Amino acid sequence: MSGDSGFLFTFFNLAVAKQYWPAIGMGMLVTVGVGLAVVATGTALGLALAVLRSFGLRLLALPIVVFADVMRSLPPLVVMIVLYFGLPALGLPMSAFAVTWVALSLVLAAYAEESIWAGILAVPPGQLEAARSTGMGWWQGMRCVVLPQALRRAVPPLTNRIIATTKNTALGSVVALNEILNNAQGATSHAGNPTPLVMASVAYLIVFMPLVFASRGVERRWGRA
Amino acid sequence: MQSFVQNFFNLEIYAAVLPYLLQGLWTTVWLSAIVIPLGAAAGLALALGLTQSAGRLVRGAIVVWVDFFRAFPPLVLLILIYFGGPFLGVELNKVSAVVLAFVLNNSSYFAEVFRAGLEGVDKGQMEASRSTGLTRAQALRHVVVPQAVRNVLPDLVGNGIEIVKLTSIASVVAIPELLRSARDAQSLVFNPSPVMLAALIYLALLWPLTRWLGRLEHRRARA
Repeated sequence: MSGDSGFLFTFFNLAVAKQYWPAIGMGMLVTVGVGLAVVATGTALGLALAVLRSFGLRLLALPIVVFADVMRSLPPLVVMIVLYFGLPALGLPMSAFAVTWVALSLVLAAYAEESIWAGILAVPPGQLEAARSTGMGWWQGMRCVVLPQALRRAVPPLTNRIIATTKNTALGSVVALNEILNNAQGATSHAGNPTPLVMASVAYLIVFMPLVFASRGVERRWGRA
Repeated sequence: MQSFVQNFFNLEIYAAVLPYLLQGLWTTVWLSAIVIPLGAAAGLALALGLTQSAGRLVRGAIVVWVDFFRAFPPLVLLILIYFGGPFLGVELNKVSAVVLAFVLNNSSYFAEVFRAGLEGVDKGQMEASRSTGLTRAQALRHVVVPQAVRNVLPDLVGNGIEIVKLTSIASVVAIPELLRSARDAQSLVFNPSPVMLAALIYLALLWPLTRWLGRLEHRRARA
């Protein structure tokens, strides 16, 4: 460890960076791909569950509440590892991508359901009654009157949760999903130099900083309503 | 069905590994007991700097700090500190690396929560306290901060729960907390039941807290 040049050689080694940037770049694609897949299925499932819960049938609501509670109480890494080791034991092999995707989608769906459900509760019941009295069906009233207002309230907590959940794609490295962190760790041990980890850090910031900025904008626009 | 029970709910294995997993649970608990207060204190300091400091530079630096750690996955931070540190000549032991990574990560989340709480306290509270002769620090300590904390209590509890869950990533650097104990046990018995048992223990620990959080949020929504 000899002063500045040693530090640069260790953490910002251009030769190492040049060799491994394709691996980090591929990892970024996988991270973004899994992240988008998780956001799409997680929020869609959460929305569907919240709407099902609003039917007001106990038989339907109870399993939804239990699902949401369980998925919000378990650490996402535990959900992932249970799926990863548990399912093959049942004869259901799953790829690392599928495990990460399914596990994080379930977790996000639970939080999305809770946020959207809270939004639905915050819309006075008179709104749906008024919609029905104008001749709309239940579903029409839900879709055109209640949900737009409910979603508006759900957006700020949901954006925070989406950032937290997509950041958790890094947990996929534990089940050897070839995302940024996994590739960087492989490259670091291969090169005997931590420069790939620094590159991974930069890569994560490139992916997630815009999300954080966007969430600030969303909070300003929708938050203090 | 048979193999499902064998692989997930094998009671013989449960009985054999339970003591070991409870040791892991204890590690999870004390780790949380260290990082939650430290993170909250750091977050409160950041939030006070953000709302009370007149210096533009200070506020700008805090915003950058908070956004940086909100964008940075905690597992990446932990691995960077744990595996990158030795290259710097800083040989951190596992627990210090975890505590450092967690406090850096949590401080930004707690800062956001405390900021919202402090902004929710009317300016007149500070002015009135000052006019009774309290110093600024006294007014913050006895008047403003307590109200801010009450404003955002559900979010603070929610953050705490998130951190307890987050301690599971310490398993990656071989800290024998609950998840790691379960995985070690799993590799000894060649059966995923210990991981399932760990999940059940997490549920027993955190489900009541999640319910309590729900009640706190509900109460605030009605207030």
